[in-house]
Amino acid sequence: MAVARVRLVGGDGALVSAKGLLKSFGEFQAVKGIDVEVQPGESFGFLGPNGAGKSSTMRMIACVSPRSGGELSVLGLDPNIDGPKIRARLGVVPQEDNLDVELTVRQNLQVYGRYFGLGRAHVKAKAAELLEFAQLTDRADAEVDSLSGGMKRRLTIARALVNDPELLLLDEPTTGLDPQARHLLWDRLFRLKQAGVTLIVTTHYMDEAEQLCDRLVVMDSGRIAALGSPAELIARYCTREVLELRFPPGEQAAAEPKVADLAERTEVLPDRLLLYAHDGEAALAAAHNRGVRPLSGLVRRSSLEDVFLRLTGRTLVD
Amino acid sequence: MSTDTVRPPLAVRPSTGRVVGPLAAAWLVVEAKWTWYRKGWRATIGSSILMPLLFLIALGYGFGTQVKSGAATEGMRYVAYLAPALLASAAVQNAASESTFPILAGFKWQKIYWGIGATPMSPARIAAGELLWISMRVLISGTVYLVIAMLLGAMSGLGVVLALLFATLCGMSLAAPLVAFSATIEREGQQFNNIFRFLVLPMTLFAGTFFPVASLPVYLRPIAWLTPLWHGTELTRAAVFGRMHLWPVLGHTAYLLALFGLGAWLAARQFQRRLAV
Ligand SMILES: Nc1ncnc2c1ncn2[C@@H]1O[C@H](COP(=O)(O)OP(=O)(O)O)[C@@H](O)[C@H]1O
Ligand SMILES: [Mg+2]
Repeated sequence: MAVARVRLVGGDGALVSAKGLLKSFGEFQAVKGIDVEVQPGESFGFLGPNGAGKSSTMRMIACVSPRSGGELSVLGLDPNIDGPKIRARLGVVPQEDNLDVELTVRQNLQVYGRYFGLGRAHVKAKAAELLEFAQLTDRADAEVDSLSGGMKRRLTIARALVNDPELLLLDEPTTGLDPQARHLLWDRLFRLKQAGVTLIVTTHYMDEAEQLCDRLVVMDSGRIAALGSPAELIARYCTREVLELRFPPGEQAAAEPKVADLAERTEVLPDRLLLYAHDGEAALAAAHNRGVRPLSGLVRRSSLEDVFLRLTGRTLVD
Repeated sequence: MSTDTVRPPLAVRPSTGRVVGPLAAAWLVVEAKWTWYRKGWRATIGSSILMPLLFLIALGYGFGTQVKSGAATEGMRYVAYLAPALLASAAVQNAASESTFPILAGFKWQKIYWGIGATPMSPARIAAGELLWISMRVLISGTVYLVIAMLLGAMSGLGVVLALLFATLCGMSLAAPLVAFSATIEREGQQFNNIFRFLVLPMTLFAGTFFPVASLPVYLRPIAWLTPLWHGTELTRAAVFGRMHLWPVLGHTAYLLALFGLGAWLAARQFQRRLAV
């Protein structure tokens, strides 16, 4: 039993625990006192628009950016005291790739592994394994410069796994990638999760958060606006379905009073009118009966995007 | 849930990563540099010894025929007077080019320092690794120059080994503060042109390599005395000519060590400031 407990972290077992965590750059507060707990084995997300403070938070957890205030423990240790020790056990995928473009794909993995104190034979074997995992084996001896964006991202993720991290931090892992590349990455991340790696992911895509996260926080302007599983958040802040009525520009506001009582809540967007209703089809039929004639009417399941809109009054991706 | 609940042996499989000691850490930076550098090392060494060799041949052997041996040449043939000084001068030039654009690239263009910063390596250790790498490059280029100069008959004796170490120290006493400076640069590095134009070039011309500082106007001499190259040149000549006098040697060495120490401290601090924001 003692053996199994050796690496179990202190406190209540959270791998990351933040209380009132602050980050300021001069006068400006990027992270305004957030509370977060990430449990072993879970996949935790920060969902928020650009500038919400996601990267600032991730960099503090990664022990590369000192906190400006509050408490933070990562793997049971204080980053201010044990930064290098914690980093030895983390995997970090930064928002911006910082691969060594003068080295080959394989050399990037091997050189990086050495910084974690791994032996030459070990990094050699590990690199081969990770190339396979990242589907880059046939590009192993190519220069990094010749890789596509998706391949670079996979290489960055592979590099972050070189030390078999206990916690993997991914800052917008799929931003800027085409759908196919995103799905391949999601598949890889899902496998890691299945293998028991704890993941922390930031994203401004709600589908990514829904795909990857067991629990997430919605972050906006340096604050946490809500916490829960994707389903919980949708249940708490939304109805089951959303009816989207598209109008010629400017006419949606006039239609809103006629249909407002058909939904629990309405939202007037520049090009659309959203009706949050439990039965979207019924609401659509009722709107037709009242003589409302939109260009189109679409019923869809509600998503985290709607949660975000509800919480902040703004859409997530502009 | 109480805190003493026995948790299942979670997926908390221990990571294989560990923190390496300071010396090993600096060495890992060298190892990474070498991984890239080994592809083109011959060409790089070639280009870093080209300048001193051209000077040695054109000025030492060519122009030197016009120079009478005398007090100004410490009683030597001009080429023998020049050869050890060019060792120090080459060290300074190679150190300067290695501590400018490559450092800027790590921060700005490739951002690899941010990648390394996410490992157990600390910013200060990355800076130390860069300095170690530069010192090795300076030392190796110096060795190649030395061997060729000796084959040409411009230098001889065991003192050259000591001269090589002095030259490397001289190069590093410029490299360390320059690395610190380069780590502050946010833009494209136009400032480096000024460093080469107004610091390195005048230094190579006026700090005693080609003629004694004593031939400069009185008011310019103190400026020459401030340059690391003058101290390095005094040391390399003393070592090769076998005229090591205790106090001057100690004085010059102390000056260079102090510059290096200050520069290394500033470099470590600046790497920390830049990376840990
Ligand atoms: N190094 C920095 N200096 C000054 N301001 C910064 C710095 N890094 C981030 N910020 C600011 O902090 C805010 C949050 O940034 P960031 O954490 O990158 O958000 P996100 O990752 O959610 O897009 C932004 O307004 C950004 O401009
Ligand atoms: Mg970000």
